[in-house]
Amino acid sequence: MQNLIDQMAKKVDEDLAKVSSNETLAEFWQTYLSKNGQVTGLMKQLRNLSADERPKAGKVINEFKAKVQAQYDQAALRMKQLELAQRNAAEAVDITLPAKMRPQGALHPITLVKNQVIDVFAGMGFEIFEGPEIEDDDHNFTRLNIPKDHPARDMQDTFYITDEYLLRTQTSGGQIRVMDSKKPPIKVLSPGRVFRADSDATHSPMFHQMEGLVVDKGITLCDLQGMLDCLVKELFGSSVRTRLRPSYFPFTEPSVEVDVSCFECGGTGCSLCKGTGWIEILGSGVVNQNVLRGCGIAPEVYSGFAFGIGIERIAMLKYGINNMGLLFENDLRFLKQFSE
Amino acid sequence: MKVPFSWLKEFVDIDITAQELEKKLFDCGFEVEELIDLSAPISRVVVGQITHLEKQEGTDHLYLCRVDCGEYGHDLGITTGAPNIFEGAKVPVALDGATLPGGITIHKRVMHGIESNGMMCSGEELGINNDWYEGAETYGLLILDPDTPLGEDICKVVGLDDYIFDISITANRPDCQSILGMAREVAAILNRPVKMPATDYTVNAEGDAAISVRVEAPDLCPRYLAHYVRNIRPAPSPRWLKRHLALAGLRSINNVVDITNHTLLEIGQPMHAFDLAKVKDRSIVVRRAKPGETIVTLDEKEFNLSESNLVICDSEKPVCIAGVMGGLNSGIADDSKELLFECANFARDSIRKTSRSLGQSSDSSLRYEKGVDEYSTELGLARALHLIQQLDCGDVTDTHFDCMAGGPRVRKVLTVTPEKINGVLGIQVPEDTMKEILSRLDFEVQDNQGVWTVSVPRYREDVEGYPDLAEEVIREYGYDHIVPTLLKTAAVTNGGLTPSQKNQLKLKRLLAAQGFFEASTMAFYSTAELDMLHLPEKAPQRKAIRLLNPITEHLSIMRTILAPSMLNVIVENLKRGNNEGRLFELSNIYLPHELPVTQAPEERLTLSLGAFGPKEDFFTLKGAVQAIAQAFDLDFTYERGEVSWLHPGITATVSCEGRVLGVLGKLSNEITGELKIAKDEKTNQNIYLAELDYVALSECFKTGYRYKPLPVFAQTKRDLALVCEETVSCGAIEEVIRSASPLVSETRLFDIYRGEKLGAEKKSMAFTITFAQDDREIPAQEVENAVQNILAALKEELQIEMR
Repeated sequence: MQNLIDQMAKKVDEDLAKVSSNETLAEFWQTYLSKNGQVTGLMKQLRNLSADERPKAGKVINEFKAKVQAQYDQAALRMKQLELAQRNAAEAVDITLPAKMRPQGALHPITLVKNQVIDVFAGMGFEIFEGPEIEDDDHNFTRLNIPKDHPARDMQDTFYITDEYLLRTQTSGGQIRVMDSKKPPIKVLSPGRVFRADSDATHSPMFHQMEGLVVDKGITLCDLQGMLDCLVKELFGSSVRTRLRPSYFPFTEPSVEVDVSCFECGGTGCSLCKGTGWIEILGSGVVNQNVLRGCGIAPEVYSGFAFGIGIERIAMLKYGINNMGLLFENDLRFLKQFSE
Repeated sequence: MKVPFSWLKEFVDIDITAQELEKKLFDCGFEVEELIDLSAPISRVVVGQITHLEKQEGTDHLYLCRVDCGEYGHDLGITTGAPNIFEGAKVPVALDGATLPGGITIHKRVMHGIESNGMMCSGEELGINNDWYEGAETYGLLILDPDTPLGEDICKVVGLDDYIFDISITANRPDCQSILGMAREVAAILNRPVKMPATDYTVNAEGDAAISVRVEAPDLCPRYLAHYVRNIRPAPSPRWLKRHLALAGLRSINNVVDITNHTLLEIGQPMHAFDLAKVKDRSIVVRRAKPGETIVTLDEKEFNLSESNLVICDSEKPVCIAGVMGGLNSGIADDSKELLFECANFARDSIRKTSRSLGQSSDSSLRYEKGVDEYSTELGLARALHLIQQLDCGDVTDTHFDCMAGGPRVRKVLTVTPEKINGVLGIQVPEDTMKEILSRLDFEVQDNQGVWTVSVPRYREDVEGYPDLAEEVIREYGYDHIVPTLLKTAAVTNGGLTPSQKNQLKLKRLLAAQGFFEASTMAFYSTAELDMLHLPEKAPQRKAIRLLNPITEHLSIMRTILAPSMLNVIVENLKRGNNEGRLFELSNIYLPHELPVTQAPEERLTLSLGAFGPKEDFFTLKGAVQAIAQAFDLDFTYERGEVSWLHPGITATVSCEGRVLGVLGKLSNEITGELKIAKDEKTNQNIYLAELDYVALSECFKTGYRYKPLPVFAQTKRDLALVCEETVSCGAIEEVIRSASPLVSETRLFDIYRGEKLGAEKKSMAFTITFAQDDREIPAQEVENAVQNILAALKEELQIEMR
């Protein structure tokens, strides 16, 4: 019996080596392990043995059968892996072919910058107020300390609709509305479109502004600079600094022009900052007492500051856009370059 | 404001360079827009003397000169064709390598075989006129004074060794719009005294009691000074006066006229001189013009005047447009014998309006528009009278007029404490430093135990309260002393976007996710844009607000519909070869309640969508609109619609909760044909537009979303293929299905088939119908009955058969 098994084992090894597909695997199983297979057939030969020999031979046969079964299982596994590998190979794609996607659109760069500024100030407790674009003379000028004969009215070429109504030249009118409707503490940011009768390479008759206003007790110039420091670091990086220098706006006193250290050259002077190391970025100041008084806020008790930022200017600086017109042409090749 | 460095130095001892002064001015609020070095265009031009002169053979006008240029060469050979040369003449010599105004460079060269080592120059070649140097306008070389040292830099000789500060003066500081005004600032910055210009004079001629001056419009003329000068003797002005005018870019006329111009530059006070002999009845009346009155101004232009124009008149007619320009009928001429100086303060708004309405301006009117203080009015007249005497060009009388509205002018006084000033700044500026700064700026401070009485200089009409003083202190003390803090004392506030602002942002982001790019277009356009959409004459969009002063007709009305702006953007993109894309804009349209506007018009936020290119069709755009419905959990319904600008068969109105939100559809074939794009491209153009009323949409937005329980009971689905006429719409079928059985929870079209077997004008539409109830499972028989009901209803109402 042992001889028989040894011979068969040798044959099994040979046949197993030939297994290279599911078909040959099935053949192998048929030959040895099926009901009529040769290994199964060995058991039938037990009959020819004596009762003494049977248990021992039975054990040997069982062991042999288990071994062949194990060999078969291993081969089957190999075949499965082979088959999978073949399938995978057949299904493989050229992963460098172009992507299939639903193309994403994007928000306009002006909206992106506006949102970024809003985020900074919303985090500091500013509410966002949007006033009307068609304003009355009172809100756009008179109550901002710009009476009818004031030369500052010449600083802004205004589009008029009637003697009384005009397209707002600044979003400050919104601040008056806020101060009329609530009392300090006030922290408000007024973004929006503004209009000036001016059109050339650096001016658009419509552009976007964002004005901020804080009114509370004990507000100082130091607070103004501190807050604007926060803004410019958020917009242009943590290494930039601000610089205040005297200026004039009718609704603030003192008024300051705010420059930011050039984020391109770090302040050593380059073409962006025209060699000065500083870039003019916004106007601001301590709210003029006449303006507070006009809104029923006692200037002896409260003080505040206000600042106004041109969104286009920030967008142009931030993205390196050298022509303001691009922001209003809406060329898709331009718009596609921006994402949140 | 252009301020010559040398003129400033006449008022203040300045021992720093122009560049250093520029920096200091900048720090104190006076930005120097340009520091102009007058000598910059000229280099290597020196004084030379012609030592020998001979006519060059073979030419009729060229001379070969030997020139002594001192240290630059004692015997240079230079040829010239100038007619006015002579041996011994001292002339400007541009040496080899010299530069002249206009970017000209001079090189040694050979003329007619003779080497010429440079060029002798005329005044014109140096860019100067007679006011800079006598003889500069002579045809030929500029002949210099015989005493001029050889080899001297020509810029020093003719006075071009100077700088002009072009200073940007803020609107609150009209007092700085003069040389004296800037000198006061420079003196404060350098902590030096101002050397005031001389204003003393003595009366040396008899007055004239017949002269009268009367102001009838004190609201437009708060101060009017006049002074009578006899025996005027016009003559050329002295060199210093000519030079001052030349530095300011003005030409010298004669001493009398130059004095008025000089006073404007120096003191900032516009002046006018009347020839009294031409003033009828020697009577001056300041009044509003009468309707129908006219005047011809000095520049010989005639103007029709109105009551809004302030004029200076004699006893019968206007002789001057106040503050703008004098009349031709009363000006000083060469034969004038006597004059009346006018030195006045006019309301700046009045001058501005008159100047604008007449389209006439002058140095005086520009100055008045900026604001002239009354201190300058007094100072200016005294200065002019002083100069009359100094230049001996007239006899000053004692006939003087001072018409003043209101009481006598006194210095403004403020009561402040140093704490208040520091309270604005947020830092502690030492009290002594504050006092010192204020006194440098001519404020007088009296300290009464910590309470300061501050007397404001009369020319500082801008100073109203302690914040102004704080500004004065900090701009001199230095803004670099400010220490940034973050609202140390402020209360905490609740900030952020409002729910409505958040929804707008959500909509924008949702559209971006749908492939739309946000556009930003102008809020105004022209009626041509409304025409482009073929909007009928009666269309409500034609009721648009018109600007009174548009910069161009293209941007003259406030838009009432966004679609034209979107269409323009699409056309512009097509022209640039961007042949597909999706765009949106969420912007206001402007709807007047009435025209002309008497109350604030409605600004209505509106959404415009545009999609174009081969991949788009009506349903891709409808998909984008549906995405909005889905994002905000709304049910939109679509019905066939009609507007002038969309294809009549491919237009839908969108409604939500019974409210019409707007339209979407394909741009009409007519308009597509009219677009300004290449002809062969028009037929392929696939442009889809939508315009939705965002306000109405946002009113449908829900707040406080609640969770909906998941379905507990099984749903039953049935597919039905329905054969109907081509004209039957999907929406109509769905409507019948839904109303035929309350068990239907959803209908979904999944196929449309057309084929010969169905017959012409027929189609088969296959729907999946879902039956479900929240509270029970629907028995099979009940579903079966419902299907039968549906089929019966479809047959009855739409003549539809099962396929």
